[in-house]
Amino acid sequence: MSLKTMQVSPKKFDKSQIKFYVILIPMAFFMLLPVVYIFSQALKPLDELFLFPPRFLVQKPTLKNFTDLFRAASGTGVPMTRYLFNSVIITVVSIVVTLVITTSTGYALSKKSFKGKKLLFSINQMALMFVAIAVLIPRYLVIDTLGLNDNFFVHIVPYLAMPVGLFLVKQFIDQVPDELIEAAKIDGANDFHILFKIIIPLITPALATVAILTFQMIWNSTESSNLYIITETKKTFSFYLTTLTSNQVVSIAGAGMAAAASLIMFVPNLAIFIIMQGKVMDTMSHSGIK
Amino acid sequence: MAETLHSFKKEINRDKVATVLLILPYILLFSTFIILPVLVAGLLSFTYFDLIQAPRLADLYGTFNYVMLFTQDENFLKYVIPNTLKYAIIVGPGGYILAFLMAWMLSQIQATPRKIISLALYTPSMVGGVFIAVVWRTLFSGNDDGYINALLLQYDFIDEAIQFLQSPEYLLNIMIFVSLWSSMGIGFLAMLAGLLNVDKTLYEAAYVDGIKNRFQEIIYITIPQMKPQMLFGAVMAIVGAFNSGYIGVALSGANPTPQYSGQLIINHIEDYGFIRYEMGYAAAISVVLLLIIVLFSKVAYTLFGERD
Repeated sequence: MSLKTMQVSPKKFDKSQIKFYVILIPMAFFMLLPVVYIFSQALKPLDELFLFPPRFLVQKPTLKNFTDLFRAASGTGVPMTRYLFNSVIITVVSIVVTLVITTSTGYALSKKSFKGKKLLFSINQMALMFVAIAVLIPRYLVIDTLGLNDNFFVHIVPYLAMPVGLFLVKQFIDQVPDELIEAAKIDGANDFHILFKIIIPLITPALATVAILTFQMIWNSTESSNLYIITETKKTFSFYLTTLTSNQVVSIAGAGMAAAASLIMFVPNLAIFIIMQGKVMDTMSHSGIK
Repeated sequence: MAETLHSFKKEINRDKVATVLLILPYILLFSTFIILPVLVAGLLSFTYFDLIQAPRLADLYGTFNYVMLFTQDENFLKYVIPNTLKYAIIVGPGGYILAFLMAWMLSQIQATPRKIISLALYTPSMVGGVFIAVVWRTLFSGNDDGYINALLLQYDFIDEAIQFLQSPEYLLNIMIFVSLWSSMGIGFLAMLAGLLNVDKTLYEAAYVDGIKNRFQEIIYITIPQMKPQMLFGAVMAIVGAFNSGYIGVALSGANPTPQYSGQLIINHIEDYGFIRYEMGYAAAISVVLLLIIVLFSKVAYTLFGERD
């Protein structure tokens, strides 16, 4: 084998790459099929939803499913926009607060020396393995004891500490040279200045990644509404969608609406990721566990 | 002299206060919502607790729940454990190897098609639980509107619609399939980034030194060079596999799943905790699950961890 053909991330196309495309393109196609199906399903008019045999792609696309969805109210009379509003507020607040606490902690873990620093980092690294649903019940008891039951903040507070986020941010801050911070200190900068003027501008890729991960977790989550919230007006959009979709009785007539609803859930995820893909890849190159 | 020393000390103290303030919010939230629940699970697992009366120590010096779980709970031994192992091994390590192979092939092609294809592979991992339930329930539906059934019927592979999501023979395999579909998450991205960052001169040197083919290249250069990303990817794969354990219930619409065919440990915990209110028993199952996850991760750390 010659040196020419063994390049990582080659600049030019070469015949030797064909074999990879032969596997990768069908694979990508296959992974996207269900997504295409939902798009098509969401745009189908009622008669096409009932069609037998069902067609994969929509023939006469319509937005009726979306307008139906926005007009529909849950059994308790709460309009859909209320759930959507709740979800937007919860997601925005969660992202902002998560970013603030992860960055400040990551900065301390990376650039400060204090007792228990190594211990804290290794406990956090252990917590990467933390599977929240494994301790659903004790977590429920903790949240109940704290009086967070049926409190709007229960959508936010329990999810703010994100071990993966802290891990990625800390690894990224490690790349910032210490000299830069020393120089700023000599110029009289305090921690607040260092964080906002030096660290944050340099670690935007990691912050973007954490923002995306938080978004995916919070926006899609139904756990908090399911377990802790009783008042219907405090529940989230994703929860509303599960009530819509888990009802098998409405299966065919509701299928179009359910598809429209899942699209509304999914499209923001996709859009944000596409915009920030480069930053995420940047962060991931520092993601290694040593 | 004394004065400068004094101001120096003040400086250090101020720095200490600042450090505490920086880490305090995270530490408080982390210990309350992550560490504390794990500890509570450990303690509760030795008690009887039904949420109404205060927990009291279980029989057999507190070990009753565990003894029950491993000797009397027929569903747990006969369905839940085998299901979980089969599911976790295929979705965890299996999904991980698949993700690595895909990432490796992607690293061998040009940047623009790589970005597009990796986006396509990553997309299913961000669709979220609601989407997964909606799309796969419609595709595998046992009614006439089920797309897969319609296809099979149309081409005469079958005579009548199969109740994919309600029949024990299909449910677990469909769960594995769906989980694999959505398993190319941030672990996959981390490995791809790691692959792209391997120092190119190393490959050239290795070929001079007599490495003969791609396989040797992967084993001797690529993987050792990106061990940290391999480990991160492995941990994410394990966590992802256990985290998506809810899909059996989401797909079949019932807990317990039909004849326990898609019952994983996660569902068993929910069944006992939130349906039967046997919190002590549910906690004992949680502890077993956490131990299984730690065990899986230990294997990953032995394979890819750097010893120092």
